[in-house]
Amino acid sequence: MSSETMLRTENLTFEYIRRDEEGNVEGITTAVDGVDLEVKKGEFISILGHNGSGKSTLAKHFNALLFPTEGTVFVDGMNTSDASNLWSVRQEAGMVFQNPDNQIIGQVVEEDVGFGPENMGVPTKEIWERVEESLKTVGMYEFRKSSPNHLSGGQKQRVSIAGVIAMHPKCIIFDEPTAMLDPNGRKEVIRAARALNDVEGITIILITHYMEEVIYSDKVFVMDKGHVKMQGTPREIFSQVDKLKDLRLGVPQVTLLAHELRQRGLNIPEGILDRKELVAALKGLKWQ
Amino acid sequence: MLRDITLGQYYQTDSAIHRLDPRVKIVATLVYIVSLFVVDNFIGYLIAAAFLVLAIMKSNVPAKFIFKGMKAIYLLLLITMLFNLFLTPGEPLVTFWKLKITKEGLKIAVMMGVRLVFLITGSSIMTLTTTPNQLTDGMESLMNPLKVFHVPVHEISMMMSIALRFIPILMEETDKIMKAQMARGADFESGSLIQRAKSLIPLLVPLFISAFRRAGDLAMAMEARCYRGGEGRTKMKPLAYKKWDIFAYIVIFVYLCAMIAVGILF
Repeated sequence: MSSETMLRTENLTFEYIRRDEEGNVEGITTAVDGVDLEVKKGEFISILGHNGSGKSTLAKHFNALLFPTEGTVFVDGMNTSDASNLWSVRQEAGMVFQNPDNQIIGQVVEEDVGFGPENMGVPTKEIWERVEESLKTVGMYEFRKSSPNHLSGGQKQRVSIAGVIAMHPKCIIFDEPTAMLDPNGRKEVIRAARALNDVEGITIILITHYMEEVIYSDKVFVMDKGHVKMQGTPREIFSQVDKLKDLRLGVPQVTLLAHELRQRGLNIPEGILDRKELVAALKGLKWQ
Repeated sequence: MLRDITLGQYYQTDSAIHRLDPRVKIVATLVYIVSLFVVDNFIGYLIAAAFLVLAIMKSNVPAKFIFKGMKAIYLLLLITMLFNLFLTPGEPLVTFWKLKITKEGLKIAVMMGVRLVFLITGSSIMTLTTTPNQLTDGMESLMNPLKVFHVPVHEISMMMSIALRFIPILMEETDKIMKAQMARGADFESGSLIQRAKSLIPLLVPLFISAFRRAGDLAMAMEARCYRGGEGRTKMKPLAYKKWDIFAYIVIFVYLCAMIAVGILF
């Protein structure tokens, strides 16, 4: 494995076992089924899929919160199933969850950000440095003395992100971080994630079902029923509008419009990602 | 707004008492409570009152706030005093019908009343000048020796601070569920006591389910951030005694000595 690899899964399979009241096995649900994927350091990856496609289950494997039933997961070359790697895996691969209220532990913003470093046994003075630095990174430094209950959803998620950055991870997994936020909050969180990727070079794995959020990523994986059904750059993925529809996923409005126009005979390229591109393509058309 | 409620009754201001280490304040309150139950003469009560007045003055908390705590206990105070007044055997002072007030009863009733008032006032000075957070930290640090007896000190304080963090969230949630059920015709306000208790079921069941879900989420988030109990954990805000704290300890010690001396001499 090259040193450039951040995450790698080999034939990763995970089964949820359902039991009845007596504890007998009632049925087995395979949430993730034979997934092989590789993420390089510094990449911005998105994982798409509708509800129940196994994308969140997959994400929890990268942080050693779940362990594979079959196959292996490597985080920075460490096998997550190996108990001696547990804490280094969790430190290197931070995780931001969906519900901002349920992942903030501290009663004051700065205390929450300090929670991770405290657990890692970082000396007091360095905790303060890390807290200050990470709150500044996400632009929440002026709120350091506030109670999390007084913040908006987007601000709470930024505090959660700061809490992860303070642990100095190499990779951050965002598990549907915007699902409970309003459009403004969504923008705040995605902007913070992109900045971390651009400026700090942290590998980002964004799990989402909002198409608009994935257009900035280097690579997109589309999941369905526990399998990776499609992978490629956002442009490659979004040029296959019909295939995405089969997987019950929509595409960004602009992409859809361009697709429909193309089908009606306009000569514009597939996989248009934003409004500017569409305008340029339309301007380039010759009137017949 | 429910989210604006403050827990405990912390009064935000700056004073010598506010700045004291929470451990000092907890110890002082305990010493004070014990001293109140040891002392049984007038001079002792005078010293206790003087100590209390000094603490109130130093705390910069308006007296109004300090005596607000008394409202909650005035019924208890009344009952305690009445029982002691009428039911203590001894030399009768006044007798009407079957009830008699004895000299001993009068003395004990007044003493109990003063004790309770001092006790509540004394402990509210602590809660008024210390944030719930500081209190948890102070208790964790003071109970540390109990680890020898396998008392899960760190876990208890972690549970307390998480509870403090989630109470406002759960209150808000209660409010939401209540409104949702009212929108569907639930009635929380009318009917007999039993009916009203029954009408709380559609409120409590979803609240419990959501609380458990939150607990699960929170546990996962804590684990994801490397939480593994108190072992090997460092503190972002470690408690450290300053010069004033030592001075406060000396004052408390002198007070305790005075109370003991008064108890022996008089």
